[in-house]
Amino acid sequence: MHKKRWISMYVENRSGVLARIAGMMSGKLYNIDSITTGATEDPTVSRMTIGLYSDDATFEQIKKQLNRCVEIIKVIDITDAPTHMKELLFIHIHDCSEEEKAELFRVAQVFGAKPIDYGIDSVLLESVNTESRNNDIINLLMKKFKNIEIVRGGVVAIESISMRDR
Amino acid sequence: MKVTGSSLFATAMKKEGVDTIFAYPGGYVIDLLDELYDHSDINLVLPRHEQGLIHAADGYARATGKVGVCLVTSGPGATNLVTGIANANYDSVPLVCFTGQVPAHLISNDAFQEVDIVGITRNITKHSIMVRDRKDLGRIIKEAFYIARSGKPGPVVVDLPADVMKELGDDEYPSGVNIRGYKPSQGVHMGQMKKALQLLEEARKPLFLIGGGVNIAGAQNELTELCEKINVPVVTSLMGKGAIDTDHPLYMGPIGMHGCYAGNRAINECDLLFTIGCRFNDRVTGKTSKFAPNAKIVHIDIEAAAISRNIKVDIPIVADAKEAIKKIIKHTDSMDHGRWIEEIRAWTKDVPLKAEVKVGVNPQLVVEVINYVYENDDTIITTDVGQHQMWAAQYLKLGRKHRLITSGGLGTMGFGLPSSIGAAIGCPEKQIISISGDGGFQMNMQELATAVTQRLPMVAVVFNNNYLGMVRQMQELFYNKRYSITCLRYHKECKGKCGTPGHECPPYTPDFVKIAAGYGIPGYCVTEDSQILDTLREAKAKAMETSGPVLVECAVGPYELVLPMIKGGASFDDIIL
Repeated sequence: MHKKRWISMYVENRSGVLARIAGMMSGKLYNIDSITTGATEDPTVSRMTIGLYSDDATFEQIKKQLNRCVEIIKVIDITDAPTHMKELLFIHIHDCSEEEKAELFRVAQVFGAKPIDYGIDSVLLESVNTESRNNDIINLLMKKFKNIEIVRGGVVAIESISMRDR
Repeated sequence: MKVTGSSLFATAMKKEGVDTIFAYPGGYVIDLLDELYDHSDINLVLPRHEQGLIHAADGYARATGKVGVCLVTSGPGATNLVTGIANANYDSVPLVCFTGQVPAHLISNDAFQEVDIVGITRNITKHSIMVRDRKDLGRIIKEAFYIARSGKPGPVVVDLPADVMKELGDDEYPSGVNIRGYKPSQGVHMGQMKKALQLLEEARKPLFLIGGGVNIAGAQNELTELCEKINVPVVTSLMGKGAIDTDHPLYMGPIGMHGCYAGNRAINECDLLFTIGCRFNDRVTGKTSKFAPNAKIVHIDIEAAAISRNIKVDIPIVADAKEAIKKIIKHTDSMDHGRWIEEIRAWTKDVPLKAEVKVGVNPQLVVEVINYVYENDDTIITTDVGQHQMWAAQYLKLGRKHRLITSGGLGTMGFGLPSSIGAAIGCPEKQIISISGDGGFQMNMQELATAVTQRLPMVAVVFNNNYLGMVRQMQELFYNKRYSITCLRYHKECKGKCGTPGHECPPYTPDFVKIAAGYGIPGYCVTEDSQILDTLREAKAKAMETSGPVLVECAVGPYELVLPMIKGGASFDDIIL
């Protein structure tokens, strides 16, 4: 089945590792949707979160290929695991009327986004949310506003403590 | 005690049991070579080109089972290794390639002979790494050797910046490794194995498909014992050939694109394909949806990523071939598949492997004479890539005494001669022959000098058909005989006139016998079938007598085809006989 998949992995925190992973993926024509990385509590280890679309067989192969990389310590398939997943999204909406600015504040409230900056005719929203929730905000605002700037950071994920769904 | 990086490097080579380094000098490895100058127990072999160098290390590693070690300079020295690295990676050959690098402070400056070799080779190595800190040098070298030879073997690149090699540091070489991201699989999953054995017991027409993994694991004896015990016929991929003696009654031949009819038909009709150490490459399977259509498939491979990638299998088992085969021997009883075996033998009789010869020397006969002349000798035969390789794969008698080294996965022309040099250096007690085409031989024939200087008794056989025959064959069969740049006699003035009446083909260049003379070695040209036996006998004797290489050119007809053939992407039903 072709669907969105999520991988979390622990990797050596040294230069070249990201290139190794990205190079392997592109060399085998696996498309990465998003990739985030950062050091963990152990400074020699980084944790990466990769989001991608693939079918079952390809995804199995991707996990095996990742496992082959010497620099990758552990690969965890979190596609169906209970996790907390969040993505940072900035939306800069330009050319707003006063009325539209007020509208943006309402949208922000409903979607749990935060207005973090404000200009004469523009608003900057920050949203820390699941990827699909962020997609919803973007889709909505794209319909209403012509001049939008979007900067999104990719998803980070951590396993749930309780078994609550993400 | 504080020592230089170069000194620790020399210590590391000794601790790893390295007796031969294939090396080419250059600006940023002078320090290392200077250090090694004092170590008379390490044989520094100087080939004539870095591609020849790495193929030699590759042949050395395949022939001895040891890790092949390369040492080259930065920049072009390193980039000239690239094809050989990919070749070793595809065929799972353990190599450690040390590349010189400009000093760390010059990296990124577009310094003279600076290239990012770690970046270039990342996707074609098992592992590639630069030593950025003197304190990591020993550990990285130790890990490189461990990674190269363990699990599914492969090439490792270690990039050595010149300043790191000069720097003083610890003289300790670590005794063990612990790489948290690399744990080769060990043992055999008995639950899976039991399911596989169940299928084996139930099968009426079981077939072993054996790949290179069995040869790499050194499981030839175990495989033979197993087949004899349970009376199951065997076919092999190109890389698996020789895993069981080819004259063994249970051996049914090579399979795949240019495999034999009976072998391919057996795949088509078996009800259990028991596969060990073969990754179901496209040259083996053809059209995957029509591959082994009547069979359940068991797949044993050391690499998890090789399983259910090309062919969806019923029982996957991740294990070393030797360990797995031992387990199967232990848990099976004798079986009888006499009727099935007779069936396959009848197909072999109906459609035997046979080269139809119109003009020139018969390539099948050359290979069969090689079999005959070297029958009683421990022999290693290397090949290049192309028609001659397929003829060798079809007709060579292989087994525990006669081993084939060939570029299977990458299909690297120019591999034959240098790899035979490496094999000759690694196995001085064995007879060494390389078989090349005239195209591939010219890609690395400069290495004749290496064979001369290293005093290597060996015979280089060149099948000269004046064409890049394998591609020419495809042009004949599938491209309406439009021989676009596959004729090696083609000169500028041939343009537009090729094949037209009155146009005379220019003479072939070079004259291989004169090339041999240029290197001061005996050279022969075989133009008639009747000369083959005497010439090869004389060549073998001359090689021993002169302790050097001998060149034998065989004037094979230009229009010979390698048959049978299953076109790429086609199935057994489309076999061309």
